[in-house]
Amino acid sequence: MIVLFYLAAAIALISTIAVLFQRNIVHGLIYLILSLLSVAVVFYTFGAPFAAMLEAIVYAGAIMVLFLFVIMMLNLGLRSREQENSWLSNGIWIAPVIMSGILLIQLLNVIRGQSQDAVIVEVGVREVGLMLFGPYVLAVEIASILLLAGLIGAYHLAKK
Amino acid sequence: MYSIPFEHGLILAASLFALGLIGVLTRRNVVFVLMSLEIMLNACGLAFVVVSARWQHADGQIMFLMILTLAAAEVAVGLGLIIQMFRRFKTVDLNVLSQMKG
Amino acid sequence: MLDLIWLLPGFPLAGFLILALTGGRLPKNIVAIVGAGSVGLAFLVAVLASIEVLNSSDGHLSRTLWTWMAAGDFQADFSFYLDGLTVVMILVISGVGFLIHLYSTGFMIEDPSYSRFFAYMNLFVASMLILVLADNLVLLYLGWEGVGLCSYLLIGFWYENPANGYAARKAFVVTRVGDTSMAIGLFLLFSQLGTLNIQDLMVNAEQQWQVGSGVAVAAALLLLGGAVGKSAQLPLQTWLPDAMAGPTPISALIHAATMVTAGVYLIARTHILFELAPDVQALVAWVGLITLLMAGFTALTQHDIKRILAYSTISQIGYMFLGLGVGAWSASIFHLMTHAFFKALLFLAAGTVILSLHHEHNIFKMGGMRKHLPFAFWSFIIGSAALTALPFTSGYFSKDEILLAALESGGSGTILWLGGVIGAFFTAVYSFRLVFVVFFGECHHPAKEKTGFSMAAPLVILAILALVGGFIHIPVDAVFAHGEAVHEEHHVSILVHGLMIAVPIIGVIVSYLFFYSKTFSADKLAGSGIGASLHKFWFNHWGMDRLYDTLFVIPYMFLARINRKDLIDQFFGLIVWASRVSSSLAVKTQTGQIRWYAASVVAGVIVLLAIGALL
Repeated sequence: MIVLFYLAAAIALISTIAVLFQRNIVHGLIYLILSLLSVAVVFYTFGAPFAAMLEAIVYAGAIMVLFLFVIMMLNLGLRSREQENSWLSNGIWIAPVIMSGILLIQLLNVIRGQSQDAVIVEVGVREVGLMLFGPYVLAVEIASILLLAGLIGAYHLAKK
Repeated sequence: MYSIPFEHGLILAASLFALGLIGVLTRRNVVFVLMSLEIMLNACGLAFVVVSARWQHADGQIMFLMILTLAAAEVAVGLGLIIQMFRRFKTVDLNVLSQMKG
Repeated sequence: MLDLIWLLPGFPLAGFLILALTGGRLPKNIVAIVGAGSVGLAFLVAVLASIEVLNSSDGHLSRTLWTWMAAGDFQADFSFYLDGLTVVMILVISGVGFLIHLYSTGFMIEDPSYSRFFAYMNLFVASMLILVLADNLVLLYLGWEGVGLCSYLLIGFWYENPANGYAARKAFVVTRVGDTSMAIGLFLLFSQLGTLNIQDLMVNAEQQWQVGSGVAVAAALLLLGGAVGKSAQLPLQTWLPDAMAGPTPISALIHAATMVTAGVYLIARTHILFELAPDVQALVAWVGLITLLMAGFTALTQHDIKRILAYSTISQIGYMFLGLGVGAWSASIFHLMTHAFFKALLFLAAGTVILSLHHEHNIFKMGGMRKHLPFAFWSFIIGSAALTALPFTSGYFSKDEILLAALESGGSGTILWLGGVIGAFFTAVYSFRLVFVVFFGECHHPAKEKTGFSMAAPLVILAILALVGGFIHIPVDAVFAHGEAVHEEHHVSILVHGLMIAVPIIGVIVSYLFFYSKTFSADKLAGSGIGASLHKFWFNHWGMDRLYDTLFVIPYMFLARINRKDLIDQFFGLIVWASRVSSSLAVKTQTGQIRWYAASVVAGVIVLLAIGALL
């Protein structure tokens, strides 16, 4: 399991880096799906199968498919590939990398010193369900309203 | 039962977040920016789940569910905006959206 | 009666308010009745009040109208104090004032701003009355400023001509210098003696200050500064000749009979202060003497009829200052009164001449007016006689009183006396020069006398007063009884008396020879060489205007021109500039680029995390 964790973590990192360098949008999306699926595996190794399933179904499934639909609707074509080539010059990586690097260092600084090992107990669907419709039922309702708002917004914005 | 040093999980989340940030700041194609935002959101969710696993309760997973919902709604609206932008400006270059300058 | 003393300045003030608030909409005869009538009523009140004061037990009365200001230790009330000196002043002001108002109802009849004229005149009379009735120096200063304001308003009465406005401003600014000196004197007096009530001040000063102490000298000097400003003495006398730009009645009232005597009144009122600073008192006498002589020489060369009379006024007030300087307080006040009579007479008569000749001022363009303007002629003869101090006119008594007191004061008194006698000689020469040139000789400019009743009656009354006024005994003995030898018999020889009678007569004869029979020619004297340069020097009043121009006006204008961009304002412009620059810098952060904004968010997060980690 521990090995699975490290493996899945490595794949997630590599595929995310790959997303950044892609010129072709669809290829980037595929790499992103890969990244998301490996993160799902990481969830599973941490004893959260429900989260893993949700990640796979909703994130990698619905959201990425939504992306793909829109990209195909936009019908950008080959033109976009040349565009991307021209836009991604070498110089523009410097500042973002530096800033993100600093941020990463700060975050790692905060995380440091928490090195207890976590004994992994599987927290299954049952516990999640009990919590969801117990203390967090209000959150569920609000989430549903949020989705409704998103739906209406998206419908209106995409209208001709 | 096995145990994983959950600090490494958090390190993974932080790294994914930073990578997503690089993507937001670098790319000029608005679809890529949206994708990088998704990476960042995912990293946050990862952090929540890892922490909840440490304390062995389900709250983190519920938070992750909320984040997921949020991401879904946000992507829907965002993609709708991208469609509008494409219809108006005939391009997905982020730099054309610069009318609000001082 | 004394409870109604507020009516004394109240009537003219009411007159001013009525005329000011109706703004020229009243018909002219109503304006005349209101304007002159208010001063006439004031005169009645003054007479009644004077009777009451003189019959009172200790010779003075006071009335407090209301508390004007009270702050901490300082209190100034609106209260009036009447003693013998006040009685003389209010009778002169309201009496001569009334006569001049009556004259003006005829003189100014064709002027479109008739109502405004009387409004200002009434305000002036009210302020002057407040000045002399004041019980404390603050109220006196109120009256002082009030008369200064009215003087400005009336000199610049015909404001459409910018030269008049210039003359008015000059008068105001020059007297302002004096006023500032006086204000500082008031501050000094209050800080040292704790009160500004005049009678209390005198008592406190005597008790607390040594004779000749620095603070007494300073206070007296500062008050003297105010007095020379208002009374047009050296060094602040340059405004009075130019003030002749105003209408003739105001030259008579303000610049002959009343306002210019305010300085003399101030010094007489605070005479104890001057006695405590003998050096300053000596300075008063010398200021008087020098001014007297300077003005006398200048009057010899002038050709504008009003300017001659103006320099004559400066000269006569110099006599009053001379008298004050040697301690002859009541003699000076006496001369003040007689001077008011004959100088007002002379100015009003000059007004008649000017009016009849359609505003001609140059005496060399007149001549032979004797036949055409009899009223003016006789007024001038009587007035000039009094001015010259020919025997048994009013001027004779008062001027001789002063000169004898000067002679008896010992030390430099002899020089002062001699200067006064020389001044009297020249007074005779220039005043009869005026008479001979205007009223005798060939007639260049025929005229018809335009003297109605309203103009003739005051001339007659003033002429009578100028002749017999010398026999009036003014009731100021009690006021100045403190340390002055009043009316003691003057132990001087017959020779001195004879000299003082003879010198003016010799002056008249000299003037006759030069200007009537033309035995000697004044033109030849002034034609070339020393005579010409002296003539020019005296004509420009000893170069005083040029001196002040060079000393003060030109440097000030130079500085003002340098500061045209207004350095102080530039400093505040700096604030504006700084805010504009910082604003434009801030605007540069709004590029409209999304990635720029995202980057700024990231930068902010980094900074916050850093702060969080540090804390």
